[in-house]
Amino acid sequence: MIKEVHLNGIIALGLLLVPLGAWWWDEPFTITLATKAAILALAGVGLNLALGQGGMVSLGHAVFFGIGGYAMGILASHAQDFQPLLQAPFVIEGTKSMPVIWLTAMTASAIAALVIGGLSLRTSGVYFIMVTLAFGQMFYYFAISWPAYGGEDGLSIYVRNSFPGLNTLDPIQFFALCYGLLLLVLFFMSRLMASPFGLALNGARQNQDRVEAVGINSYRVKLAAFVISGAVTGLAGALFADLNRFVSPTMFSWQTSGEIMIFVILGGMARLFGPVAGAVLFILLEHALEDLSDYWHIYLGLVLLGVVLFAKGGLIGSLAARPARHA
Amino acid sequence: MPNPVLAAENLDKSFGAVVASDKISLELRPGEIHALIGPNGAGKSTLIKQIAGGLKPDRGTVEFLGRDVTGLTVVQRARLGLGRTFQISALAMEMTVLENAVLGALGASGKSFRFFRPVMTDQALVDQAMAALKEVDLDGEAGRLVAELSHGQRRQLEVAVALTLNPKAFLMDEPMAGMGTEGSKRLTGLLDRLRHQAPILLIEHDMDAVFALADRISVLVYGRVIATGGVAEIRANPEVQRAYLGEEATS
Repeated sequence: MIKEVHLNGIIALGLLLVPLGAWWWDEPFTITLATKAAILALAGVGLNLALGQGGMVSLGHAVFFGIGGYAMGILASHAQDFQPLLQAPFVIEGTKSMPVIWLTAMTASAIAALVIGGLSLRTSGVYFIMVTLAFGQMFYYFAISWPAYGGEDGLSIYVRNSFPGLNTLDPIQFFALCYGLLLLVLFFMSRLMASPFGLALNGARQNQDRVEAVGINSYRVKLAAFVISGAVTGLAGALFADLNRFVSPTMFSWQTSGEIMIFVILGGMARLFGPVAGAVLFILLEHALEDLSDYWHIYLGLVLLGVVLFAKGGLIGSLAARPARHA
Repeated sequence: MPNPVLAAENLDKSFGAVVASDKISLELRPGEIHALIGPNGAGKSTLIKQIAGGLKPDRGTVEFLGRDVTGLTVVQRARLGLGRTFQISALAMEMTVLENAVLGALGASGKSFRFFRPVMTDQALVDQAMAALKEVDLDGEAGRLVAELSHGQRRQLEVAVALTLNPKAFLMDEPMAGMGTEGSKRLTGLLDRLRHQAPILLIEHDMDAVFALADRISVLVYGRVIATGGVAEIRANPEVQRAYLGEEATS
């Protein structure tokens, strides 16, 4: 067993060194894989707050991932067609600026999370899972049937959006951007987990009666966590769309929700770097198993089964002991 | 007579045809331990829930600190200073003893929506939590996980968490449940001291503890309070003896 902090450091360093090496040896595909891992990890970090810390089994986080993606797609498509988003009563132009797109993606996802969480947190257990799943399907079919932004075919954005001072079309620079954002969000998550809010959220997950009896409104605490969780996953969605320069309703599908959940479970629920480890492992498995067989999901399923049955704490949980909060 | 800290007035609660609370009136006065006893199924849990806020009475009111709190939630009543312990320990099992106590102090402070500074570096909260742990003799176990505690220690922690609220009244649901003789004795001593901080409404099956501690006793049978009075009075009450205490307790 090694210390969780050290393990986190190794994972963070590994995710940095691999693309740097690939850049040195001029292997852009590997850089793209690492970028994808960082972005999916970010989506998982979002879900981990709701699922790991808050015990909210959301099978609808694709909603936020998709909203983030479409926030990017809609804003950028209007910018590339020089068509304003809104003419009256005031003009809203599209944009190719990443910071504006990110902010929009996070705000829109947070609002969606407020509505979805506000309703679904009135239920619990299996019903919570079903309600979040139902919202996911609603958004999925809406995206399919909404012709203005590509409907079923999705929406292509021809040039990656811009970030001040960077050439985002250069794979290593775009990777650096995504990696930097991932680390920034992880930093805030680590603070949040140790904060008064984190303690209240953990308490609410472990024993709702307890937190209510000391005067903490568990519904509001969980809802706030769900909103932050949705916003983070929404940010990941915007980055994912920019990586592919393409958005489609698939981002809203329940398979996407399931994959985000797999990152969290594979890596270790409620562990800070769990989703990072999970997403990296997922990308590695996908890449390795795809060469082996077209039906690689079967093997992925076996790995997942193994983790759930024999390594409940996921990758991080099997390698590192749980650290105690120190007084 | 001083104003009661906590009062239930004419509480009615039915579940279908079952009358769980039948015009229950009850007062908790400053400085007293008021024990509520009654056979299984008498409606003690239903009454506790109505007083704590988890269940709305069909009719009647609950007053706390001179204020009608019938419409308030569990959370709001806790914020007013109603310190509750549960019959089955309700603790965050994956946390340490200290974290559980800090959680209580946090609830009382109203600082739950702070996102950045580590909670365990908040000296005011930690001090308050440690003081409560010391009160119940658990300060030596502060760093241990609750899951590792003995049953008795968990009962003590329940009381400590309630203490972190600086409560104006305690609502204790069978704090002695499942305790050995030695543990019961220690907890009896603790509750005896606590009454000076805030009065205790005590639901308890352990008759030795009830007779040792209670200033007054109310007897609940089939959803009705059939008697309220001092220990001697209740022991001597023939209706109580018939309904509940049985022959051995009267000797």
